[in-house]
Amino acid sequence: MRKISDWGNYPVIEADVSGFDTTEQLRQKLDQPGEVIAFGNGRSYGDSSLQDRILLTRRFNKFISFDETSGELCCQAGVLMSEILDVFMSRGWFLPVTPGTKFITIGGAIASDIHGKNHHVDGSFGQHVLSMDVMRNDGSVVTCSPTENSDFFKITIGGMGLSGIILNARFRLRKIETAYIREETQRAASLDEIMDAFEEPNTWNYSVAWIDCLAKGDSLGRSIMMRGEHASTAELVNPSHKHAPLTLKKGISLEIPFRFPDFALNHGTMKAFNFTYYNKCRPGIHQNLVNCNSFFYPLDTIANWNQIYGKRGFTQYQFVIPKAAGREGMRKILKRITDSGLGSFLAVLKLFGEQDSFMSFPMAGYTLALDFPISFKAMELFKELDAMVADYGGRLYLSKDSRMTAEFFEKTYPNADAFRQAIALLNKGDTKFASLQSNRIGITS
Amino acid sequence: MKNLLILGATSDMAQAVAKEYASAGWNLTLAARNLELLEPIASDLRVRANVNIVPLQFNAENFSSHQHFYNALENAPDAVICVFGYMGDQIEARTNFEEVRKTIDVNYTGMISILNIVANDFETRGHGAIVAVSSVAGDRGRQSNYMYGSAKAGLTAYLAGLRNRLAKAGVHVMTVKPGFCRTKMTENMELPGALTAEPEQVAQAIFKGLEKKRNTIYTLWMWRWIMLIIRHIPEFVFKKMGM
Repeated sequence: MRKISDWGNYPVIEADVSGFDTTEQLRQKLDQPGEVIAFGNGRSYGDSSLQDRILLTRRFNKFISFDETSGELCCQAGVLMSEILDVFMSRGWFLPVTPGTKFITIGGAIASDIHGKNHHVDGSFGQHVLSMDVMRNDGSVVTCSPTENSDFFKITIGGMGLSGIILNARFRLRKIETAYIREETQRAASLDEIMDAFEEPNTWNYSVAWIDCLAKGDSLGRSIMMRGEHASTAELVNPSHKHAPLTLKKGISLEIPFRFPDFALNHGTMKAFNFTYYNKCRPGIHQNLVNCNSFFYPLDTIANWNQIYGKRGFTQYQFVIPKAAGREGMRKILKRITDSGLGSFLAVLKLFGEQDSFMSFPMAGYTLALDFPISFKAMELFKELDAMVADYGGRLYLSKDSRMTAEFFEKTYPNADAFRQAIALLNKGDTKFASLQSNRIGITS
Repeated sequence: MKNLLILGATSDMAQAVAKEYASAGWNLTLAARNLELLEPIASDLRVRANVNIVPLQFNAENFSSHQHFYNALENAPDAVICVFGYMGDQIEARTNFEEVRKTIDVNYTGMISILNIVANDFETRGHGAIVAVSSVAGDRGRQSNYMYGSAKAGLTAYLAGLRNRLAKAGVHVMTVKPGFCRTKMTENMELPGALTAEPEQVAQAIFKGLEKKRNTIYTLWMWRWIMLIIRHIPEFVFKKMGM
């Protein structure tokens, strides 16, 4: 038994934790009684990979094959996106979809059906999976794809690990000429301005905005839009970049030396940060060439940034509301958040594209993600926000959640009931895969 | 291109070492008891790097097979890294001599059996590097793991002697003493974060240590000092401590 938690350090639980090297070892572990859930690299925020018995997938992390012409990679589910980049970026390949950290496993990326800054163009990660092998509760292995065992495939993508343990997956990497991004940043003084920026016709592959969720009144929703495109070799200017376009210098890596005291992040320090961050970007459009890591993974430089929230832990409230409800809905919700003064400095706004999948979080609309230190006040605020999100036809991201209710889940995920029934049908009365979250929101048990 | 032989290649540490050397362009011969576990590791390395990877079966406890194993290697190694080991059950070992025998056979006798063969070859060729993973447990016997610790202590002494002997022949011997390491043996334990190395850190320490021809490395620097203190606690105090 040992203490374990996900990225938000909330909740922290005591669990029996073990990993596996082979499918046979995994099968033996599944043979033991009791519910289990897979745990990748612990980068979901709440309790979606926590359970009394936890199966670590990180050791199941072998590359199986790679086709240098098509970019098709087959790897075990415990492989980290960072490992893929370490090996393949210098050969001219990048991930088809990546979230704001590269320290997630491929199994986790599929189970959470993660999205990235290119969702409006390329959809979620699950849409790039060509096929995968999944071990069921009885130890059998199902090979599934959009055409083979397609129903099982559908509920495994974004299925939060409840259909089985993902063993390996095949997907295509994206060809790149350089390890750099042509980035354009632009300041938006208000919510309307930033939404206009998202909605104006454009061809950018990547777009995301940092939003100041403490600014009030006329400044409500002031943001910085960041858009990017993989740079071509011709676009590189620095001679050392031109010389080795696909090789990045080893960046600095920092570590938070100790867990910050709970009071370190308070309204004052966060407001100061937000003010500085916003004003650092001068009005107008700025173009830069930045390296992939700083564009996609700014926070990965600090190995354990989650420690700044102290012992109490934190959660990320990430919701999406349909585009039609966007302006009015986002204004009201954001106003409620800024009025509370509880939000922190890591708030991100993005316009998703269309998404056609069974359980995945994204939908065509606006998503806002922001971190909150855990507190009674924050929990009370979430209840109010939940009501607004539900009213506008939106929902919360399961992989960030540690507190939504079964009722709320039911109301906001249109396939909640069908998903529960499908999982029950697969289990044949013997629930094997369940997380604290899936039990809490009533998918299992 | 240089050839590296890794003995005990399925352990977490060995896998990390293999990745480190493969990405530096070394050809690898991976040897371990269980070929089935070795195959996916070999395929993984082939995807990672354009180097030659040969998986082979090797059993540390089968001493009489070692000479033949070494003679049959396709690629004469430029360096050998021994990572195999057996932790054993200390309590079980008090009453079950088979557990003791296995602990000694793998950690001490097995190591020496194969390393003698390697040493003689390297000495004749006047070339090569030998790395073996010992343990901080060998620095002082403690009640919680002195069976394992005493075998590792023997190994540490052997390596010191071997280093002394082979220095003249231009063959370097490096002793590696990892402290806590996050591996499959410790995955269900809470380890003190600051004192616990990831297998990748151990691998990097080995790679860099060998480049600099270090003699003994503790894979996290503080372990050298921790063990220095533990070694110098007077026996009359030490025997009353519950370590």
